[in-house]
Amino acid sequence: MRRIINRRPGRGGALFWGALPFLVACAGYGVASALRLAENPNDKLLPPLSAMVAAVARVAFTPDARTGDYLMWADTLASLHRLGLGLGVATALALVIGIGMGLIPYVRAGLSPFVAMLSMVPPMAVLPVLFIVFGLDELSKVVLIVVGVAPFLVRDLAMRTVEMPREQLIKAQTLGANTWQIVLRVVLPQMLPRLADALRLSLGPAWLFLISAEAIAATEGLGYRIFLVRRYMAMDVILPYVAWITLLAFASDLLLRWFNARCFPWLRAGKASP
Amino acid sequence: MSNVTVRDLWMEYPNQVVLERVNLEIPSGEFCALVGPSGCGKTTFLRLLLGEERPTRGRILLDGEPLVAEPGPDRGVVFQRYSVFPHLTVLENVILGREFQQSRFLGRLFGARRRAALEEARGVLEAVGLGNHLGKYPAELSGGMQQRLAIAQALILKPKILLLDEPFGALDPGTKAQMYELLLRLWSEEKMTVFMVTHDLKEGFTLATRVLAFDKVRVDPTDPGAYGARITYDLPLTLKKAAMGALAPVG
Repeated sequence: MRRIINRRPGRGGALFWGALPFLVACAGYGVASALRLAENPNDKLLPPLSAMVAAVARVAFTPDARTGDYLMWADTLASLHRLGLGLGVATALALVIGIGMGLIPYVRAGLSPFVAMLSMVPPMAVLPVLFIVFGLDELSKVVLIVVGVAPFLVRDLAMRTVEMPREQLIKAQTLGANTWQIVLRVVLPQMLPRLADALRLSLGPAWLFLISAEAIAATEGLGYRIFLVRRYMAMDVILPYVAWITLLAFASDLLLRWFNARCFPWLRAGKASP
Repeated sequence: MSNVTVRDLWMEYPNQVVLERVNLEIPSGEFCALVGPSGCGKTTFLRLLLGEERPTRGRILLDGEPLVAEPGPDRGVVFQRYSVFPHLTVLENVILGREFQQSRFLGRLFGARRRAALEEARGVLEAVGLGNHLGKYPAELSGGMQQRLAIAQALILKPKILLLDEPFGALDPGTKAQMYELLLRLWSEEKMTVFMVTHDLKEGFTLATRVLAFDKVRVDPTDPGAYGARITYDLPLTLKKAAMGALAPVG
């Protein structure tokens, strides 16, 4: 009998073991829902699949009676717009400040204590401030995502930049590079995939901040909708929304991973080496 | 021309003297091996020549002019590791020097100038035996091939001085022998001054025209950092050809 650390599932095996928890969760929900519904056909806590399909058909494929919008798509668009804007600004800040801090000693000396302190401010605690300063509409939500995510991205990128072998920077200088050329040709191309990875890790927090902000003050958005229909205990809407948000987050993670694999072939070359 | 003159050089760190009273006169075209026990300042001396660090006291002159105190294109370098850029292919690694030189803002060449640089790089890579690996990334090359690439990359700008920091330390004996041959050929073709740090005495004597041995002359047993290393032996190997001839049948 071989040790368990040496036994590996085959292709089909990996697929089976990967699918198992999903199947168990779905089956568990189905059974629990059927049991509750058998007791009380009007139970709202664990609606059957049919009810969820009907709810999705209502919010996603029927125009809203009051506004004429397809609610789920309008919500998705609004949320993705805020998220994209917030993450975009945070990424740009990380690139400029992170690489600056990592590469230029004066920038590091000037900014690193400040950024370290800033990153410890709980973003949700400053949300009221953001609402007061930026108003209740789009800007405050975007700023919350930036405030929540940018310090992490900046610090991560600064650390990755500092970790670059000094040999590479010396070598570039002996090839006659000025600081700008070093940034452009040596540091930036090697930091972009690191940044994409950091961005993947910060997708979770970004959604958290987005939904929190939408829950408190918004007129559309995925988070807004969930908290709105909570008043009617509309689990048949909430659960598909949660699944949809999860799917969107998963897809953006996949997209970033694909971006790394596609645009930086040298990363894979590194892993293939002995 | 690339005479290197070192005058009364001291290098001190807090609580530690690394080098003391180093004086040297290296004429152009010399191949110097820096040998000595670990921690005796050979690498520090190389870093001073590179301009990565500044001496505490004393001066280094290159052709009579004080050395610019930061790394520059007149001094090429090959380290033991991490000398090449992992995100560029072999060919891109080598043309990088030309791109830095000719495109100050973008650091990238296009069109005819890029083709010229590529042509030149192909020639240099052919000379170091990497002609068949132009499109590979460094991670796909063996250790010896990576060092060949690092040398090719350093040579494209025709530096006056080539600094080598244990460049063959991580290579197996067979590969080392090939690298010696390559390095000696390039050195005689390019007429540059070479400084090579090595902890392998035999390597030093095989390659160099001059061996500089670093060691501490004075040691205070209660305070090991009190005194620094000096150049204890400065051996010009004028009979190198004869010596090499004598060595050849043996090994």
